[in-house]
Amino acid sequence: MTQSLQQGLSHSGLSATRAGLRRLWRRYPLSLIGGFVLISLTVLSVLAPWLAPFDPFEMNVVDRLREPGEEYFFGTDAYGRDLFSRTLYGGRISLLIGLSVAGLSTLIGLLIGILAGYSRSADAVLMRIMDGLMAIPGILLAIALMSLARPGIGVVVVAITIPEIPRVVRLVRAVVLSVREQVYIQAAIATGTRLPRLMLKHILPNTLAPLIVQATYIAASAVLIESYLSFLGVGTPPEVPSWGNIIAEGRLYVQIAPWNIVCPSVFLALMVLSINMLGDGLRDMLDPRLQTRVR
Amino acid sequence: MLAYVIKRILSTLPVLGVVAIVVFLLLRLSPGDPAAIIAGDNASANDILQIREQLGLDRPYLEQFFGWIGQLITGDFGYSIYLKRPVLQLIGERVEPTLALSLSTMAFAIVLAVPLGVLAAWRAGTWIDQTIMAFAVMAFSVPVFLIGYGLVIQFSLTLNWLPVQGFVSIHKSVGDFIRHLVLPTMTLGLVYTALLARITRATMLEILNEDYIRTARAKGLTESRVLVLHALKNASVPIITTIGTGLALLIGGVVVTESVFAIPGIGRLTIEAVLQRDYPVIQGVILVIASVYVVVNLLIDLSYSLFDPRIRF
Amino acid sequence: MTDNPLLSVDGLTVAFSSPDGPPVAAVQELSFSLNAGETLCIVGESGCGKSLTALSLMRLLPRPHGMIGAGRIMLEGRDIATASEADMRMLRGRAISMIFQEPMTSLNPVLTIGSQISEMVKVHEGLDETACRQRALDMLKLVRIPEPERRMDDYPHQLSGGMRQRVMIAMALVCDPKILLADEPTTALDVTIEAQILELIQDLKQRTGTAVILITHDFGVVAEMADRVLVMYAGRQIEQGTALELFDAPTHPYTQALMAAMPRFNAEGAQTRLKEIAGIVPALHERGQGCCFAPRCEKATRHCFDSMPPLRLMAGEHSVACWHAGSPQERHP
Repeated sequence: MTQSLQQGLSHSGLSATRAGLRRLWRRYPLSLIGGFVLISLTVLSVLAPWLAPFDPFEMNVVDRLREPGEEYFFGTDAYGRDLFSRTLYGGRISLLIGLSVAGLSTLIGLLIGILAGYSRSADAVLMRIMDGLMAIPGILLAIALMSLARPGIGVVVVAITIPEIPRVVRLVRAVVLSVREQVYIQAAIATGTRLPRLMLKHILPNTLAPLIVQATYIAASAVLIESYLSFLGVGTPPEVPSWGNIIAEGRLYVQIAPWNIVCPSVFLALMVLSINMLGDGLRDMLDPRLQTRVR
Repeated sequence: MLAYVIKRILSTLPVLGVVAIVVFLLLRLSPGDPAAIIAGDNASANDILQIREQLGLDRPYLEQFFGWIGQLITGDFGYSIYLKRPVLQLIGERVEPTLALSLSTMAFAIVLAVPLGVLAAWRAGTWIDQTIMAFAVMAFSVPVFLIGYGLVIQFSLTLNWLPVQGFVSIHKSVGDFIRHLVLPTMTLGLVYTALLARITRATMLEILNEDYIRTARAKGLTESRVLVLHALKNASVPIITTIGTGLALLIGGVVVTESVFAIPGIGRLTIEAVLQRDYPVIQGVILVIASVYVVVNLLIDLSYSLFDPRIRF
Repeated sequence: MTDNPLLSVDGLTVAFSSPDGPPVAAVQELSFSLNAGETLCIVGESGCGKSLTALSLMRLLPRPHGMIGAGRIMLEGRDIATASEADMRMLRGRAISMIFQEPMTSLNPVLTIGSQISEMVKVHEGLDETACRQRALDMLKLVRIPEPERRMDDYPHQLSGGMRQRVMIAMALVCDPKILLADEPTTALDVTIEAQILELIQDLKQRTGTAVILITHDFGVVAEMADRVLVMYAGRQIEQGTALELFDAPTHPYTQALMAAMPRFNAEGAQTRLKEIAGIVPALHERGQGCCFAPRCEKATRHCFDSMPPLRLMAGEHSVACWHAGSPQERHP
């Protein structure tokens, strides 16, 4: 697969790229759809200030709880705010949180994982801590962490990141341990290759593929958990139009104005689904064992 | 065997210790004065002082920690600041709905996920497999509240078959108990089903390539016998392991589902406690739930030898 | 030789579907027959299609890509190639049984030895629990497993490789099949164990009258076991005949090379002759239009590369597919 991807990228001709894409499409249709949906959602969110027909914060009592229609694509909420505009803006929050949590937890997890995989004494302590963290359900820990500080997007990011770290650590540690056993690494250690060089040359490249896949899943789960926290009233500050907040406000009117919940939820579901589909595709592409089975 | 069991039980102590430290630090590491946070925005200096003394926050950390651990061991999880009642008692009152929802979800998911996973692996690569796996990614991605409200709108508001929300104790009315559990179970069950179906499929795919499956087919057994007796039994260890580790995901989902269906369980208790900054309750809930998680996974670990004779202690 | 053989295979072709193109044939136009109580050895290097031939007799080709492309496999008047899956289930284990190369992984690790054997009796003969168990126990005694009562409740991992292969044989023979297919049953075992297992198969064959198809790459095994021999190369049969005919006059250069590689028959020449079949069996897509063995054959001429030699009857039942086999009358010394 990587081969065909490289072929697709290395040929400069458009037809070659198209052939590569066609091969990708035949083998990983779902991840291509996922990637396409995700890019569309990203573009919509990033361009929200230009695309949104209304100010997402502007209240309009006359037009409260309007049904979706020509003027308001997704209808309006209880304050008469345009749900389509709010949903577009909400995408920005979700993307921001997804990316930050994925980046932060992979980075911290990578450092701790390498340390644990490399030093036997640190390993015992670090892994006990990770086991302990994993025994606390992620959402519960995030909720508890949210209670510590005044709500803000930064706090949300930290609260979601901490429960995700142990999974990354376990993954990285497992790779480091197995790589360490390889003869060429043993040889490198024996010939006195220094640790930072060893990391950069041998260990990082091996962890990269599974780490990218894991980061994708973390981003998906972070987007979902942010919405849960906001939905439960302990997430992003209520004035921020995140998807979770829009849904939390809309739940009061679920019987008379279900679009308040459905529209942002569908966007949320699409984003999480597209990231997960992309992750599944990446996993299949990067897993050499699976590749032989497909062929 | 006994030596292994004891060793395995002892190995849970460091995990629980870490949980205790995390829970302990939760309050102490918060920016600002924990007593002031607990007391709330419009508390007097006297209130704050009182809370600080009551929680022993004026003593050194280590002393506080071991004092607290000592209390925990004797079963004293402290008092709710807001309700002025023992934390364990509060949790006890909320256990039934949460336990009922968790168990019914688990049963629902296992009954649905294992056959789906087996079927997907058996027909790997076909449209059946692709449909099941597409369903699994979807159930894993769609937010719990969308499924929940979707079911409510369909089955409660439109068809009027089931109650919109709430919970009825099994002691009051078994029928109402079940009726109130149906929609929450389906809501949460889909997520858990997706998780289990994926792992079942992955494990079965590997096992169906094993030599002994070819042997079983060469014996002239029916496909169902090959799949269930010969393959699934070998797949059971990874599957029950996932049921155990998936418990964390399940409990997280329970918190949200309880909120969607206004079920007065431990999830609601936690949210109420967070909104009221009732730290002893938050701490108590986390400790209890993490202990349940650790104990369940310990039991699962110990049960491996029942499923695979090669695992001997 | 009777007029109606127990099993007759006619023009069997095994193909694999491929994602980008037409199906690829892994076994082509294979024809042979087997009489009741006979032992047929199918010989060849790995990758020449022996195992696929065996699996197609069981209709257990790897799914979903493997399939029987053409040909008939007649067993007692029924065509296995086109039989329904339900009919196949009745045949497998009862009419044809199979034992595999890897005794270490061919038994189910989570079921007891006893239950794996008695399952056969239960499924095929519908006897009750005690009767099934008794049959399994008798069978374990027959394959000379020490302490059979105790072994009944053991799991495969508690047995050695040789013992596991005995269990496989017990399982395969418990329902008195007409044919036992043994796919390299001793390759994974020690030499001393190998001799015991072969002796056991020989002994059981005499007792039960089961016909045996033994797949091997070792002419030493062939010499010991075979009534008839079929030599395969790159998915085709290249020489066939009774064991006597073949050992008397090995005709195809490949057969000669294989025999030479057997130290017992040609102790001195073994080393030099071994070198002559350097190279490997060509992969499926590398097979050209000529004789597949030509690239490795010292006698190969232009003609060999250009066209495929047909299988020609030399004498008696002895047939060879080689342009250099000479006329049927000529016999090699």
